[in-house]
Amino acid sequence: MSWLGGPASETQITHRARLWLYVLAALVMAFLVLPTLIVIPMSFSASQYLEFPPRHWSLRWYANYFGSAVWMQATATSLKAGALTMLVATPLGTMAAYGLFVSRLRWARLVPALLLAPIVVPVILVGIGIFYAYVKLKLVNTLLGLVLAHSMLAVPLVLVVVSAALKSYDMSQERAARSLGASRPLAFLLVTLPQIRFAVISSAVLAFLTSFDEVVVAMFVSGGDNSTLTRAMFDALRDQIDPTIAAISTVMILISSLLVVLSQVFGRSR
Amino acid sequence: MSAGGPANAAGLRRDALRERLALFSLSLPALVLVVVTMVIPVAWLFWLSFLADDGSLSLVNYRRLVVQPSYGRILLTTFEVSGLATLICVVLGYPLAYVLSQLRPRVANLCMLGVLMPFWTSILVRTYAWLVLLQRNGLVNDWGKRLGLWEAPVSLVYNLPGTLVGLVHIMLPFLVLPLYGSMRAIDRDYLRAAANLGASPAAAFRQVFFPLSLPGLLAGSLIVFILCLGAYVTPAMLGGGRVIMVANGIATDIQMFFNWGAASALGVVLLVLAAAMLFIASRLTRLDRLFGSHGT
Repeated sequence: MSWLGGPASETQITHRARLWLYVLAALVMAFLVLPTLIVIPMSFSASQYLEFPPRHWSLRWYANYFGSAVWMQATATSLKAGALTMLVATPLGTMAAYGLFVSRLRWARLVPALLLAPIVVPVILVGIGIFYAYVKLKLVNTLLGLVLAHSMLAVPLVLVVVSAALKSYDMSQERAARSLGASRPLAFLLVTLPQIRFAVISSAVLAFLTSFDEVVVAMFVSGGDNSTLTRAMFDALRDQIDPTIAAISTVMILISSLLVVLSQVFGRSR
Repeated sequence: MSAGGPANAAGLRRDALRERLALFSLSLPALVLVVVTMVIPVAWLFWLSFLADDGSLSLVNYRRLVVQPSYGRILLTTFEVSGLATLICVVLGYPLAYVLSQLRPRVANLCMLGVLMPFWTSILVRTYAWLVLLQRNGLVNDWGKRLGLWEAPVSLVYNLPGTLVGLVHIMLPFLVLPLYGSMRAIDRDYLRAAANLGASPAAAFRQVFFPLSLPGLLAGSLIVFILCLGAYVTPAMLGGGRVIMVANGIATDIQMFFNWGAASALGVVLLVLAAAMLFIASRLTRLDRLFGSHGT
């Protein structure tokens, strides 16, 4: 093959000479992607023992999942918490990103650092800290408490994504709208927002997933009737490897992927 | 519109400042949320860590971390596991980032989707996948037997190796992303010049490309190390009680012993370590590049 002998980079090394490198990279890629996906076929197995490939196919683990009141309640809690977190964190983060971007106050430089802190502070610390505060505030095991905590975790992500979009947006368009008589809120809604739409939508998806996938904080502040799906899964896995979890995992992968794809589609259509 | 001069200019400045303050106040709701649900609770933990059981100021919680061997072991395990996981991430991630950086941007972006997939699948789902794959009668044990690597089932999970596999799987994207970004930014003309001047491909890589990729590599590995220090889910699920890291120790102190003093002291140590690492990372590269790089 001529491709193998051709130059692969500026140093004139041939593709053949670094075939091993391609193989290694492909293996690492496989290591990243395949283990998660393998849960999907396994969830359709008829056996207790999660074989691959399954010898007999069945939907019994899905029946288990969708037939269980406990799992269904946990799923409903997670979906509610995710949706509410999205509704709280997206406007809050977007407002903060816009406010900090256009006000440019010198002494306010500390604010983004503070808003980004939830990304950096180890989540276990956040978890027990919130637990301690919620005991005093009587917010433990409430949906409100859970949503507030998850919104705090999601705000920095919204801030990062929307700030990046604002940086590449030409602010003079908004100034033009305002010089033509639009108020600032109107100019933002009609001119700026449609152009940073993609960033706002992806950050909303990110906010939903932050809550939907979160384990550690949920472990401390959600429980009883308001246990999240992840918390219930975590507790179940402590006892045994229940194949029902494979079915739930598949549903979770499906929900996440669907959201990510939808946000991409929305972005492309501009 | 009659008055001109300095008075009017001062008025305009005042109005402009007032408007900027009003705009700034848009960030207040987010700020209040983060302060109330994170800053104050964590500050409170800080305070708790300096209180003895009777409520007096003391360093007893920190003394316990030094004196009690179980805490020493937890800290040692945390460093050991984080260090090993970071090392494996570097060994696996560098070649991957390198190959990705050499691909045409279109192809590379497609591959990036694979690297980014973990970002939208739950840690719990991925850890569960490893649990299933690595268990005694799991897929890996099965294939190992069929390939003749081992006869009896090997313990691959509920121990250190299992924890490392799970951690590396979760952390690898955090290394590959900044590294890929910094490799893409390297000017290829340097390599062309090196080749022109007679350097072999290996020498050009060693003397030109590798040194230029070092800042990205260091920053990426520091981020991975920081995230590993705070790992909770992976050691809890794949460690089988044999791998107890700081976060697991904190959770146990709270959930089983209700010992807030011990837990918060351990938490403060974790936070200080993470902050120190982050400071070093910020000296090496722009942090927004690390966190913002997966936007594209």
